Parts: sequence; C-alpha cells; structure tokens
Amino acid sequence: MNLLSVFLLSPFIGAVLLFFIPRGSRTLIRLVALLSALPPLALSVYLPFVYDTARGGFQFLGEIPLLPELGIAYLVGVDGISIALLFLTAVIYLTAIFTSWRIQTRDKEFFIYLALLVTGVFGVFVSLDLFLFFLFYELAVLPMYLLIGIWGSTKEIPGRGVFGWTYEALKVGTKEYGAMKLTLYLLVGSAFILAGIFYLAVHGGSFSYLALQQSLDLPPDVARVLFLVFYVGFGVLAGIWPFHTWSPDGHAAAPAAGSMMHAGVLMKLGAYGVLRVGFGLLPEAGAALAWLVGTIAVINILYGAFGAGWQDDIKYLIAYSSVSHMGVVMLGMATLTEPGVAGSVYQMVSHGIMTGLLFTIVNLVYHKTHVREISRMGGLAHFQPVLATAFVVAGMTSLGLPGLSGFVAEFLVFLGAFTSQHPWWAVPAIVGALLTSIYVLRAARNIFFGPAPVHAVEDAQGSEVVSIVCLVATLVLLGVVPRFLLDSLQPTVVEFLKLFGG
Amino acid sequence: MSFRALLFLSAWMFATGIFGVLSRRHVVALLLSIELLFNGVNLALLTFAWAYGALSAASLAFLGIAVTVAEVAVGLAIFLLVVRLTGKAAADELKQLAG
Amino acid sequence: MKAFYLVLFAPFVSFALLALWPGLRRSGKPAAWTSIAAVAVSLLSAIALFFQYDGGVHEVRWVWIPLAHFPSLTVGFLVDGLSVVMALVVALVAFAVQVYSLGYMSEEPPASLGRYYTYHSLFTFSMLGLVFANNLLEAYIFWELVGACSYLLIGFWFYKPSAARAALKAFWTTRLGDVGFALGIAVLFAHFGFLSYDKLFALEPSHALFLGLLGVYVGAMGKSAQFPLHIWLPDAMEGPTPVSALIHAATMVAAGVFLMVRLMPALQHTPELLHLVLWIGAITAFLAATMALVERDIKRVLAFSTISQLGYMMAAVGALSAGAAFFHLFTHAFFKALLFLAAGSVIHAMHTNDMFAMGGLARPMRWTMILFLVGALALAGMPPLSGYFSKDEILVATAHAPVPFALLMITVFLTAFYMFRAFFLTFTGEPRNPESHPHESPVVMLWPMGVLAILAAVAGFFGSTVHEMLNHSLGFESLHSGEEHHPAWIPYLGLGLGLLGILVAWMGYARRIFRPERVYAAFYPLAKVLEERYFIDHIFLLLYWLGYNTVATVVGFVDRYIVDGVVNFVTWATFEVGKALRRFHNGVVQDILLGVVVGFLILAFFATGF
Repeated sequence: MNLLSVFLLSPFIGAVLLFFIPRGSRTLIRLVALLSALPPLALSVYLPFVYDTARGGFQFLGEIPLLPELGIAYLVGVDGISIALLFLTAVIYLTAIFTSWRIQTRDKEFFIYLALLVTGVFGVFVSLDLFLFFLFYELAVLPMYLLIGIWGSTKEIPGRGVFGWTYEALKVGTKEYGAMKLTLYLLVGSAFILAGIFYLAVHGGSFSYLALQQSLDLPPDVARVLFLVFYVGFGVLAGIWPFHTWSPDGHAAAPAAGSMMHAGVLMKLGAYGVLRVGFGLLPEAGAALAWLVGTIAVINILYGAFGAGWQDDIKYLIAYSSVSHMGVVMLGMATLTEPGVAGSVYQMVSHGIMTGLLFTIVNLVYHKTHVREISRMGGLAHFQPVLATAFVVAGMTSLGLPGLSGFVAEFLVFLGAFTSQHPWWAVPAIVGALLTSIYVLRAARNIFFGPAPVHAVEDAQGSEVVSIVCLVATLVLLGVVPRFLLDSLQPTVVEFLKLFGG
Repeated sequence: MSFRALLFLSAWMFATGIFGVLSRRHVVALLLSIELLFNGVNLALLTFAWAYGALSAASLAFLGIAVTVAEVAVGLAIFLLVVRLTGKAAADELKQLAG
Repeated sequence: MKAFYLVLFAPFVSFALLALWPGLRRSGKPAAWTSIAAVAVSLLSAIALFFQYDGGVHEVRWVWIPLAHFPSLTVGFLVDGLSVVMALVVALVAFAVQVYSLGYMSEEPPASLGRYYTYHSLFTFSMLGLVFANNLLEAYIFWELVGACSYLLIGFWFYKPSAARAALKAFWTTRLGDVGFALGIAVLFAHFGFLSYDKLFALEPSHALFLGLLGVYVGAMGKSAQFPLHIWLPDAMEGPTPVSALIHAATMVAAGVFLMVRLMPALQHTPELLHLVLWIGAITAFLAATMALVERDIKRVLAFSTISQLGYMMAAVGALSAGAAFFHLFTHAFFKALLFLAAGSVIHAMHTNDMFAMGGLARPMRWTMILFLVGALALAGMPPLSGYFSKDEILVATAHAPVPFALLMITVFLTAFYMFRAFFLTFTGEPRNPESHPHESPVVMLWPMGVLAILAAVAGFFGSTVHEMLNHSLGFESLHSGEEHHPAWIPYLGLGLGLLGILVAWMGYARRIFRPERVYAAFYPLAKVLEERYFIDHIFLLLYWLGYNTVATVVGFVDRYIVDGVVNFVTWATFEVGKALRRFHNGVVQDILLGVVVGFLILAFFATGF
C-alpha cells in the first residue's frame, strides 16, 4: 500500500468508526477523532525529511487504475509544495479537534463531517489525477455547508445603501445565509473547474497530471481562456477580488473549527489549484496572464486591509484579513520567481496556521463573552491572559514580525515581487503589512486592553489551551527554522519554474 | 396472433393507461392506470422477445412484473395513509407538492 | 571569541525559560532573578569579550533560507570592535535597569512582574542580536523584534488606555519607517543579490546603493526618532520608567544610530544621503530641545532630550564622523539611563510625573538628587563629565556646515537650560504639594544608579579606547578619517553656552530673578506651538484618519453594501423569478404528468424528424 494513502485512510476510517460509536460516549468520539489526526501529522512531519531533493519531482507515487478506458486512476504523489500543505492540513486538523473538544450539540456528526472534510483536503493535495482531484475537491467543499448551517452562529446585518431592501428578505448575516452563500459560490467555481478539467482531459487524452504535463499542446488563445477558467474557478475559493464576499459572511457564521478549516486550509485549496492546475498545466498562458493575477492580488491585499479596518465584528475583521493575506499568496505565485512562488506556498502554510489561531481566539472570545462587536469589548486581558497573548502573537505574525512564520513568507513574496517583471507590486505588498499592523493591533487594543470589564469571563481552558499552544509553537517553528519546509519546497519551486523557462 | 397485433395491443394498453393517469380523479384508479402502463410495456417486451427469440428480454419482463407488484403495494400503502391523514381521495385535491 | 555566544544567548535562555514555564513566570521574584542572572552572565561575558578582543573581525554564518537565485540569504554573527563595545553597553545598562526594576516594580503582582521580566529578557536578546548581526536582513529581523518588545513594554500597563494608545503609536510610527527599511533591503538585495555587511562595504558608489541606504535611513529615522517620525517617543513614556531608561533612551532608540555607524563604510559613498542625515539630525536636535522647554512632565523632558541627543548623533553620522556619533551614543547611554532611573526614583516617591507638583526634593531624596545632578551635568556638557567630550567631538565634526552647526550650538544652550529647569523645579525650593511624603528609594534602586553615575562621569575618558575599537570594525579601515582643521574656540563656545543655559535656569527657577510665567505669557503663541509639539502629531493623526480610517470606511461600506449588494440583489431577483414561476407548479400530480407526456411528445416529434 502506498504511504500517502495514510493521509486519506486515517481520517476516512475515523469518520466511519465515528459513525458506529453511540451518541452518548463523548470521550470516545473525541479520542477516535484525535487518533485519526495523529498518523497524518506524524507522516507530514516525516515527509520533508525523506523527500529526495536531489531527485525532485513527484515522489511516493502510487497508482491503481480505476477506469482505464477513460484514463482515470487513483494516482497519488507529492512534491515539496504538497508536502508543505499536507503539514498545514495535519496541524489544523489536530488543533481543530482540540478547539472543538467542548462542543455540545450533535458532537458525533460534527467530528464525522470534520473528518470527511479533511479526507477531501488531503485527497486534493496528494492526488495527481485530475478526476480524483476534483472528486476530493468537492468532498472538501461540501461538509462545510453542514458545519456552518448546523453549528454556526447568527448575527443579522441591517441593510443599507442602494440594495439595502434585499438584505432583510435574504436574512444577511444568518448562518443559513452564510452557509448557502459560501456553498453556492464554491459550486459555481467548481462548475468552471469541472468544465476546464474535462476540456483538458479530452484534448490531452488522460486525466493524469503527469501525462497531461507532457502531452498537452493547446493553441495559445484556448490555453488563455482555459487558464482564466481555472483562475476564476479556483480563485473563488482562494477569495480573489471581486469574488471574495462569501468569505466574510461564511467565516463569520462558521463555528471555530469550521473557520479554522475553511480559512486555514480550504482557501489554500483554491490557491493550490491555481498554482498546480492553472500555472502548472498551462504555463505559457499563465505567464501571459500573470499580470492580471498579480494586479488582482494587489487589489486583494489593499482592499482586504482597508475593509478589515471598518469592521466592528471581530469575526468579519479576521475574515477580511484573510482576504488580504490570500492576496499575498496570489501575488507570490504571480511573480513567477523563485522567492515569490516559494513565499506564496510558505504564506499558504503560515497564513493557514495563523488564521486558524486567530479564528480559534475570536471564537473562544465570542463563546465566553457572547459578544462579537469590538466596540462592546475591552480589557479582556484581565481575565483572558492566554487569549490576549495568543492574539498578539497571531497579530504579530500577520503583520510580518520576524521570528514568526509570517515574516519568512512575506519577505520571500516581497522579494519575489521586487525581482519580477513588475517591481511596483512590492510597494502595495509592504504597505499591506503596514496596514495590517494598524487594524490588527488596534483590534488587540480594543478587545483586550484597557480597564477591566465589570463581569469576569473565563479564559481558554484545557484542550483549548492545547490547541493554542500547538498553533503558536508551529508559528514559531516555521518562523525560526524555515528550512524545515523550504529544504524540500525550494527545489520543487525551481523545478516548477523551469516550465516558465526560468 | 400476429406480431403486429400484439404490438398494437401493447400500444393500446399504454395509451389507455396514459389517458387514465391523466384523467381519472380517484387515486386508486390512477394506480390501476399505472398498472396498465406497466403491463403495456411488459407486453411489448415479451412480444419482441418472442419475435427475435431473445429470452433475456423475457427475464426483463419478469423483473418488470416484480417491480409493478412492489409499486402497487407501496402505492396503496401511501394512498391509505394519505386518505387517513387528509381525508381526501381525489388526485386533484392533493396539492402538497406545490412549490 | 566564543564568549559572545554566552553574551547573546544567556538572555534568550532566560526568555525561553520564562515563556515556556508558566509556573516560573507567575512566581514573580524568582522570575526576576532568573532574568537578572541571565543578564549578569551576559554582562560578565561581554566584559570578558571586551578584554579578550584581539582587534580582528570574526564571523560565523549559515544558510537560513535556501534559494537558488539568491545563495546569500544567510544569518550569522559578527564580532568586531563596534559590536563588542555596543554589546558591553547594552548588557551593562540592561543589567542596571533590571536590578533597579526589582525595587521600582515591587508593587506589581507576581504574574505581572514575571511578564515584565520575560519581555525584558526578550528585549535584551533581540538588542544583542541586532548588535551582532552580520547582514542587513538579520539586522532587520532583530530590529523588528526590539520594536515589538518596545510595543509590549510601553503597553505593559495595558489597563491604562493611554499606555495602550502610546504602544500603538510607537509601533505604527516605527513601522512606517520600517516600510522604508524593508524597501531599502529589497532594493539592495534585488540589485546586488546579497545583504551581508562585508560584501555591501565593498560596493562601488551607485544609484541602487543610494536608494537602498536611503530606505535603511528611513527605518533608522523611525527607530531613532528623527524628525518627523519622532512623535512616538514622548508618548512612549507611558511605559514603566526603567523601560524608558533601557529601551527609549540607552539602547533601542540608539539602534538607528548604531546601524548608521555600522553602515558607515557604505554610507561614505553616498554624500547626498549623508547631507540629508546631517540636516535632519540638526533639525531634530533643535526642535526637540525647543519642545522640551515648555514640558511639565519630567519623563517627557527627558524624552525630548533623548530625541535631541539622537539628533546630535545622526548629525555626526551625516558629517561622516562615525567615531563622534558612536562615542556620543556610548556616553549618552550611561547618563541618559541614569537620568531616567533618577527620574523614576522621584516618580516612585511622588506618584506623579508633573514637575510643577514636585519641588524641594533635595532634602528627603539626597542621593537621588546627587545622581540626577551628575546626569544633568553630563548631559549639559560640563567637564569633566562624559557628555562634554562626546558632544564636543560632534560639534567639531559638524563645524564645516554652518547652518546645522549653528542649530546644534543653540541646542547646547537649550539643553543645559531645560535640564536645569527640570532639576531646579524638582529638587529645589519649597514642596509644592504638601500632601506628598517623599522618601528615598531603596538601595536596590540606588546602587544601579550609582554604577551608571560613575560611568556617566568617567566614560568621557574612554574616548580613545572607543575610537580605537571602532577602527577595528568591519570596513572601517576604508574610512578616510582625515584630520580636518577646525577652529579651537568650538569647545569653549559650547562650554560657555552650556554654562549660560544653567545660569538662566538658575535665575528663573531657583532664584526667581525673572519670572518664567511672564516669559511664557509674553510669548504665548510661540509657547503654545511648542506645547502642541509643532502640531506634527496632529498632522499624523489627520493622516491616520484620512489615509486609513476614511478609506477603510469607504471600502468597508462599498464591499458590504455595493459589491455584496449586487450579489444579494441577484439572489433576491432569483428568488422572485422563482416565486413567479411557482404558479405553474400547482402540485396536482396529473398536471405534472401531463407536462411529462407533452414534453415526451415534443421530443419524439423532433427525434423522429417530422
């Protein structure tokens, strides 16, 4: 059996086992979920060390033909890029379980959906067959609807402006609205992707990524249209402007683990898709349209950073900061330079961990205070020192403080932008980091600092602290020892850029 | 009987069924009409099997009969429940399917 | 040379211990002793390093981020004359301040005290890292870390809204400068492909070098509080006083000057930039001194004086006199830390910062008075205290540029005046607040001040040692230190102006020969401008509101109600269309079936080709 199947089987078996566990046994449910998260984590820490950088390319390949007539197979393999993202997913899965440890309603179903979702995410990162890729992609996207719709939180937004009258009719801000909006957006994106994949498979004669990389020879115009199809299809999930508005509503409505999974990992699926399928299979078109990707990424960075400054709802604030940081990811890959692409992937990991931490914190703050408006908070550090410290650490990561992972990522992207064909991209990128410091630290002050509130509130407890500590430790690890991931990532990026003649 | 006559009979049964399904108000009559539809199709299947000597088609007809029986059983059960719950037996008065 | 590992990593070990072991951190005193022990190890090793130092340049480096196109993304450490002396200064002041804090922070709850020392350990480590960095990227890394520590320590009393605000202001302002720093690094790295000092110093003059160094200078402006990015430093006084002494007087704010001195071998190729540095330094020195004239808060007077002295140092850098700049940094670290600690001792006793609520403290707080006086005299440049020698060197070095030189000369007078205004207001006369019962500070606070006072007094005599060490620094052999002819009257003029300043302060605030209130009233508009700090803070506030908050409101509103409004409108329209179409779907089974049959017939019609 292939080593990589562990990633798929472990959470999947976990989900199946959970199905048969009686509803009442709370501890057993959590233990099974936890056990299903450990093998992938162990393996993802192990992989960077055993990945043979001298040989490069996809390794640990495994193939089982499924439909040979159509060229569909269970084809898996990883390179440095996938290894980095597998590590991210494994960490987020583990900590999401800890974060959700104290969930009350329908806990069994919750962990089943979570495990299924993670199976899908792992599947996307390991599969090298586009059909399989799409299958897992859909598997990753759909449980989110249930996670938000059942366990989410609601806060209706009053309508204003030209279209204000539609807001009440649609119940904007409710968890049902958020869940439906997110799902619809992502399914529209999937439709684009499905069409694109079928076009590729029909013209390339196979669904295999490896085969397609060799055989694909499309006329430039078609390739560009196809690139745009993939860019929009995956980009919706990556939160590219102007298709990002599902992200604040969805993330604000989602439960803690849902937001962690979604902002932390699922948005990276989109970016990974653009990088792998868009740029990887259609390099000429990608190079020709990199200016578009980069320019929209710059808009994302600034637009998200400004948009976050206006929010009074902590969850929306973090969601907008995700939009801004995903801009950094997209900018990095658009530079098509070695530091840029490496930084892009590194930012995927860094932002995944960081935003997972931020969503954990704001959800815990929300659960303990039952308030989401920043203007109604203040002085919480008196009662929640752990949460306050973690928030400052996460905030510092997001604004790119050295010693934490955000700096490595942003520095690389920034350097890539500067050495690319569009050096001006670097300016908005770094201004974005400055703006981040404004809204994040202002939020930290308004939430946690100031005179003590009248009513005492609870700090993070037990498993929640474990989750926070794991995430903070990962941020520090990635910030201090970037070679842990970069040693396998960097040769892959160099190889990847050969597609672009670089 | 000739091949044509059998096919004609099958078509006639099917058309009668369609007419019944569309026009009868009572749900039991509706179910009976559906039986006619099914049997029309089964007859066509058997006719072709006989004409072309393909016995596998005949086995398909057996399957069709089994399904028909199941369908009637379930359909009648549903009908009884509907009558008990709503007190209505006329098809055009049952509008729960309205979107 | 192995001693430097101890110098650098001892504080890191204590930080790691305190950060990872909550039990120790929350215990208060043991946490404090852990941190103090670490910094003591660091200090002893720094002394050992100083005496072992053999005059060479030692470097270790390893790959930090592997990149094929930029193979030089390394980190490493550089031990040379500059870093050895600077490390000694940092460790010494850090040690004195940490011991002093034991007394000053004695009323803090244990958990809070542990947090305080955790930050202090991290700061000491980061600052030493900055000192030993061997390339610009690493300097930037530690640069940001000390900035973060400064943020944490200014906002240490997070429950005070003013402290939380000041922390933000400090972080944002310095980060504004760091945008320039980062851009400068990127220009240099993208253009030359390396950032290590040794390679940068070997570069020929070029446009890219100028741009890159300009960016680095903008970063130094933020950190070293150069006009107009100085606005954060007075507010940073909201932090505990020992923090002000260590971070916002002796070490971190001097990091900008340190970096410029470090980069001197490269800066000498960019005379235009040096010219700018000189002018901004002189303007900063002068403006800050004028703002100090009307300040009521004793710590803010010292903060303005710090800005002003940093202006002197930068002016010296601009005059291509790295030696004078670093020598002043060296002496200033001691006497300014001393002044802050003495002021902290006063604040500790009086529970206020307002000098006009003090007075007559000379009797109850004699030791503090003497120590403050030593610091004030050193700052005013009175021989034989250290400030005299270092300030004199700067004045001599800038003598070739008339206007900056004149500004710096006037500032000598202003400095002496405002320092002794503070001294007389605080320590002489009658107590203005009869409610207060001041008492001398405990010994644990006094003796660190005593050490610093001795150093502040004698540091001036180590001028030749400092210059000697500096000449052993990386790239400094290429500096032409041409002994320029300078007029011999400069030291006398400086001394005379200093004495005059003290005299005027004595007349106004001790003997009351003239009434300062009347002078204030006579020049009210001018005084008001000074009190409002030339409205520079307001300009930045306006920038913050217009540049960020207004744009954020527009973007936020547009996104929520226009971009998303369109989305919601489309959704709503879809629902409405659905509602309209519902009428065809009346729920009668037979109507549905009729639809099926008709549909089938239509399909059959087309399929069979009729």
